[in-house]
Amino acid sequence: MQDISAARFTRGQPHLRRYHQARWDEPVIFELSQPGERALLLPEVEPAIAATAAAPLPPGMRRAQAPALPQLSQNRVLRHYLRLSQETLGADLNVDIGQGTCTMKYNPKINEQLARDERISQLHPLQDESTVQGMLQVMHEMEHVIEEVSGMDAVSLQPRSGSQAIYANIAMVRAWFEARGEAGQRDEIITTIFSHPSDAACAKVVGYKVITLYPDADGYPDLAAMQAAVGPRTAALVITNPEDTGIFNPRIAQFVQAAHDVGALACYDQANANGLLGITRARDAGFDLCHFNLHKTFATPHACGGPAVGACAVTQALAPFLPHPRIVKDGQRYRLQTDEKTSIGKVAAFMGAASIVLRAYAWVMNLGADGLREVAEVAVLNNNYVMRQLLQIKGLSAPYANGKSRIEQVRYSWRELSEETGVHAEDIGLRAADYGVHYWTSHHPYIVAEPATIEPTEAYSRADLDEFVQIMAHIADEARSTPQTVTSAPHRCPTRRVDTKYLEDPRQWAMTWRAWRRKLAEHGAR
Amino acid sequence: MHPKTVYPYIPNSVPQVKAAMLAATGARSIDDFYADIPAALRAPRAMNLPAPLLSEARLKRHVQGLLARNRPCSEVLSFLGGGCYQHHVPAICDEINGRSEFLTAYAGEPYEDHGRFQALWEYCSMMGELLHLDVVSIPTYDGLQAAATACCMAARYTGRQRVLLAGNLSPDKCSHIRTYGRSTIVFDSFAFDAVTGSIDQSALAAQLGPDVAAVCIDNPNYFGAIEDGPALARLVHASGALLVVGVDPGSLGVLTAPGDYGADIVCGDIQTLGMHMNYGGGHGGFIATRDEPALVMQYPSRLFGIAPTEVPGQYGFGDVAYQRTSFDKRENGNEFVGTAAALWGITAGVYLASMGPQGMAELGEGILQRVAYARAQIAAIPGVRLAHPGSAHFKEFVVDFNATGRSVATINALLREHAIFGGHDLSGLFPQLGQAGLYAFTELHSQADIDTLVQTLALVTRP
Repeated sequence: MQDISAARFTRGQPHLRRYHQARWDEPVIFELSQPGERALLLPEVEPAIAATAAAPLPPGMRRAQAPALPQLSQNRVLRHYLRLSQETLGADLNVDIGQGTCTMKYNPKINEQLARDERISQLHPLQDESTVQGMLQVMHEMEHVIEEVSGMDAVSLQPRSGSQAIYANIAMVRAWFEARGEAGQRDEIITTIFSHPSDAACAKVVGYKVITLYPDADGYPDLAAMQAAVGPRTAALVITNPEDTGIFNPRIAQFVQAAHDVGALACYDQANANGLLGITRARDAGFDLCHFNLHKTFATPHACGGPAVGACAVTQALAPFLPHPRIVKDGQRYRLQTDEKTSIGKVAAFMGAASIVLRAYAWVMNLGADGLREVAEVAVLNNNYVMRQLLQIKGLSAPYANGKSRIEQVRYSWRELSEETGVHAEDIGLRAADYGVHYWTSHHPYIVAEPATIEPTEAYSRADLDEFVQIMAHIADEARSTPQTVTSAPHRCPTRRVDTKYLEDPRQWAMTWRAWRRKLAEHGAR
Repeated sequence: MHPKTVYPYIPNSVPQVKAAMLAATGARSIDDFYADIPAALRAPRAMNLPAPLLSEARLKRHVQGLLARNRPCSEVLSFLGGGCYQHHVPAICDEINGRSEFLTAYAGEPYEDHGRFQALWEYCSMMGELLHLDVVSIPTYDGLQAAATACCMAARYTGRQRVLLAGNLSPDKCSHIRTYGRSTIVFDSFAFDAVTGSIDQSALAAQLGPDVAAVCIDNPNYFGAIEDGPALARLVHASGALLVVGVDPGSLGVLTAPGDYGADIVCGDIQTLGMHMNYGGGHGGFIATRDEPALVMQYPSRLFGIAPTEVPGQYGFGDVAYQRTSFDKRENGNEFVGTAAALWGITAGVYLASMGPQGMAELGEGILQRVAYARAQIAAIPGVRLAHPGSAHFKEFVVDFNATGRSVATINALLREHAIFGGHDLSGLFPQLGQAGLYAFTELHSQADIDTLVQTLALVTRP
């Protein structure tokens, strides 16, 4: 009898997976169209309704031709999209720790089931408050959770993403100084290069000049540079800690103090909060505002890039500036309040993505305070465990703060391997896809050469982490033995490398099928 | 130390595993990893949160208990609109957006996430057919954000600083646009005609000038009235400004695509294309333009393009002109971009593919007809009037209750006793309308539903 299990190991190590993603060679949906087919029939219009005369449309407002959408029966639509889903590598399928800074976690299925209940999915946002007391209670209690996690006094869950929450926070900074008559004078925001690009970009949208601090020799934000940069023109410091390097900045309170000393505010970007739940809070370092991404730290699905929720949390002094409406509890009743004159107004439609808030709420209610702390501690343990293992790989390093622990992630560098072999960090990511894991380099600009940011979170087992490390080690070996295998990857994905010239050239780029067909007709095939 | 619960979502919460991993790292305790956090920054106390509901069964019962305090529109007759609409969500839409692969994917490359790129590119392509425009963005947050960004794009494109907002836009949309754009744009609004509910073209003409970057309108507008798009486009273009038009994509089976009457930037919300209302959580924004490089380079959001790969006959996809974005250029990119509403884009694609040309035409036509019927019936109720009786409407219209002597709040409270959610109360938002409610009708409303509303309205407004 053959021992199948034993043949899956060599020297106690499991073999790398013989993974191959589904490759369906699926046509574009327009190519599947069969005139006359349809996937859905609509409720009929009763004769009395059809017989009613309507006011004539303004001239030129009646569409001359039905839109040229594809025509397919329902089973063919389903098959098309299921094939595309199989050509997509969700976090439920892979050890998604290579998407560092994004906190890929398990999204519990019970939360999904609850959020699809008709008693939330069929709520209209303008229903009378008396008919949505359960929903308002969920949102109000989730605000309280964010207050506990941050130490702040008031919260809005209206923003539909972390970036929109950053934007809302900086808009509140502007409103704060306008209320004090200092808006004209304070026109600068200070941030750091290892913070998310949206920290700088949102400050610009709100109208600020952006000053960017670079790391010092140890990888910390440069305190001397901060002290030199602050002044009467500073409106706020916008900073995350740990930054995407995973190094906790122990002088963070001094950065906040430097901002406060000149009368500026301090905003904490808490996208990297997963390792800090119950350990340290924005308030403890003196921050005035902070934000969280519920789709990161609070385990709601990333959904190919949203829907999402960003929570804004502020001190009591800034509470009057929060977006409208706010949820107020009067006795046992919840109501929506919109009469605060200093509010920045709306930042998103209605109350934001309520079904995402419900998922986050269920996640917190399942874990409680001890569970949230366990999330943080295991995330940090996993991260330091992975760092130990990964740094055994020749050619990979973790720049800055040598010998120190990291919090929830590490920005690594393949610089040495790249110099030795000519294989780049991006190639390694594409080769990693051949083993069924996703890995992303990092945000621009690449201050760390040949970067890769790995964030294991609490959601992966030791065996998962070992497998990821094993894949990285294997690819590093390949980079030396058969570099062409890596630089020509991916080999086992649905497609090979894309001719990116098409995406940069206005004569060839095509964001829709109609544009693609038109340009082919105009310019012809090459 | 807290009790040693093994948490179902945290594999390494098993004490022995934790101990073995700690040993592998050489740390004595997990606290060693936090050595860089000074004592003064440590949280002073444990978080004060409710006792956990560790079992899935208890958690489910608790959350369902809260949800039971809601009264969903599926259990009543609802005529609420105002930016969020109760349409039928085809089962296939729920099936696809619930698939783990799409639901839990994030920022994969065009290789391991080929399907995500293709599905979103196809969504943009189908929207392009509906809108008759060649460039459509990957979804942004919602229709409010799409309109705010459209105004900013117009200002960057024209190099002009003033944007005129129609007085019959949604007040929430105006609030967001003004907060968002005010560092670079001066906003002014112009009046609507009290009789028609539509834009007052002479009021608009009086404000147009060489400093105006764009005029932002909704068509249909917030009152559901259909604007004269071609006339407005001529007026706006004569001053060199761009016309930004917000549309309900569900109207475009019957209404002229805005690009065809001269809209330069078209924006709106895809909630109506296969998303549940989700208490306002089902929104996603779209932005669309013609394929003019100078205009394309103003988009802040991701644009996906199609391209060949190394293998002949294989479709590839990727980001178009990524260097436009803040991902690449931080504050020197256009606005900001991050997680937005991609899953709703995929879902809207499923919806449009399911509806096809015939479905979208029937949807639009059926709504036009239901609205006409409802208007005729409601106008016949003694004391109840239509606010804009001569105008053509799509999906919603304003009902004027001033002559009944009752407030909208009172009428709606009485309707709720009959399991009806009446129209959205406009009395606070548009005081010039007095006591008026915005009533919405979709393909879900049967003749019996509308008749029930009319009979009940007659009852609750009876002197």
